[in-house]
Amino acid sequence: MNNAVLQIIKPGPLSLIQDLGRFGVAQFGITQGGPLDEYAYSWANFLLGNQANLPCIEITLRQAEFKVGAKNAFAICGADLRATLDDEPINNWSSFVANKGQTIKFSLPKNGLRCYLAVFGGFKIEPQLGSCASVERDSLGGLTDGTPLQEGDCLQYHSLLANQYFEPKQLSFRFQPDYNLPVTLRVVESYQRALLPNHLVNWFYQTEFEVSTNINRMGYRLHGPSIEMPTITMESEGIALGSIQLPPDGQPIILLNDRQTIGGYPKIGCVSRVDLPRLAQAKPGQKVCFVKGQLDELQSDWAMWANYFGY
Amino acid sequence: MEQQITISPVSECALLIRFSNSEPNCSLPSIIGAATEQLYNQLNHYIMNITPSVDSILVDYLPHRIGFKTLTSRIEQCIISIDENSLTSSQTHPLELPVYYHLDVGPDIKQYENKGITLAQLIEIHSQPIYTVVAIGFAPGFAFMKDVDTQLQLPRLSTPRLNVPKGSVAIAENYTAIYPNASPGGWNIIGNCPIELYQTDKEPMIPFKIGSKIKFTPIDRDTFFSLGGTIEGEFS
Repeated sequence: MNNAVLQIIKPGPLSLIQDLGRFGVAQFGITQGGPLDEYAYSWANFLLGNQANLPCIEITLRQAEFKVGAKNAFAICGADLRATLDDEPINNWSSFVANKGQTIKFSLPKNGLRCYLAVFGGFKIEPQLGSCASVERDSLGGLTDGTPLQEGDCLQYHSLLANQYFEPKQLSFRFQPDYNLPVTLRVVESYQRALLPNHLVNWFYQTEFEVSTNINRMGYRLHGPSIEMPTITMESEGIALGSIQLPPDGQPIILLNDRQTIGGYPKIGCVSRVDLPRLAQAKPGQKVCFVKGQLDELQSDWAMWANYFGY
Repeated sequence: MEQQITISPVSECALLIRFSNSEPNCSLPSIIGAATEQLYNQLNHYIMNITPSVDSILVDYLPHRIGFKTLTSRIEQCIISIDENSLTSSQTHPLELPVYYHLDVGPDIKQYENKGITLAQLIEIHSQPIYTVVAIGFAPGFAFMKDVDTQLQLPRLSTPRLNVPKGSVAIAENYTAIYPNASPGGWNIIGNCPIELYQTDKEPMIPFKIGSKIKFTPIDRDTFFSLGGTIEGEFS
């Protein structure tokens, strides 16, 4: 194995190094980070036979371009950003071999928002506080202090040996989500659910919300008809991944990987972990509905997922 | 231990421990701080993250390694075994943090002057008490400290500032805090602390934890600058 680099020719609007996230430091106010679409991220590593936690690039939206320094196998999973290798289309949800001097390009999204680019053996990044996940706000992860990838940055990886064979793989269409469909999210009711009046809970389940333009790695703000929220006084408490906050204007905010660690708005519960990737790939204007989920069932689904990918 | 706790699931992978007791209890922050350490130490194989706060602890765990019921009883055992008396007796001197109180670094001093509280009074009332850290969050190292004297309690600004300089000392309701880094913020700013409070390459990364005691020491302009303080004037 020799050292090689992937050079960032164009980073696009937001390209970030992510691994599964930074844990064990929430007590300091440090957020978890990690891939917003854990499903796609995990398949990208899986298709290469990588360990579950190896750093990948999370490419958001469009116009990103990378130059391959030496032959190796790569995988792309998640949003369909019309990826090409030297202008030849690459199948999404697949692994492929790229040679020295070739260019991997991403353009406007056909399906979803975020695509994961993984390399066989992972990118060699020095972890900070146990993780490579880039969180700019916490000055942690990535190449330097959480900053997104910049033009000219070089990511190191080990190249394939000259005679090393790699068999490209393609994920079955049955496991490829269509991110453009309306999103139905299962909810684990918890937190302040018992303090909310029934009419509000009914409204929440009966409303078709829309993804607003106010979306980022911290959270997704949805847009729906206005409703009066009861005043609930509470102390700030830890915010779990997928928490659904109902602020005074009643417009739900679903908190994602880069969320603040504690907060004082009432929460009706959490979006099921298995359904979160669908939300994180949704675009402004896309429809979102909530249904009540069964904790036992969701937990066993999640455990299967976690065991399969080897978390 | 006298604390009543209830543990309930909040998602597939997280549960919330709530501490409820009828009377205000000064030792609750120390118990929550100690419980956080104990849980990390004893249940490390099952737990990903622990987020302590004012009267609760959020635990992110791995449901494919341990069931909710088993984990709940392990957590209960762990918290019951905390000796409340040893916590209070082991309390050391409060951490002293220097603060430069001045309009140049504390634009909301004006609000207190409008209420008839002079800068000298503000300094005296704010720097007199020993505060307790009851939660850390919002941003890394941002510590919610209690209790601010009733005369100084003000609600958050109706429109948060887009930028509050690093080190800003702030008040919201009965909490006071220091912004460890520049960030947006809606608290009332009365001064600046020139000490680094979030350094990822240092051990510890932040100089306090839940239950820590803090005291503010007023300093003059020269001392502020000599400790590395700057007047950025970048409130916006």
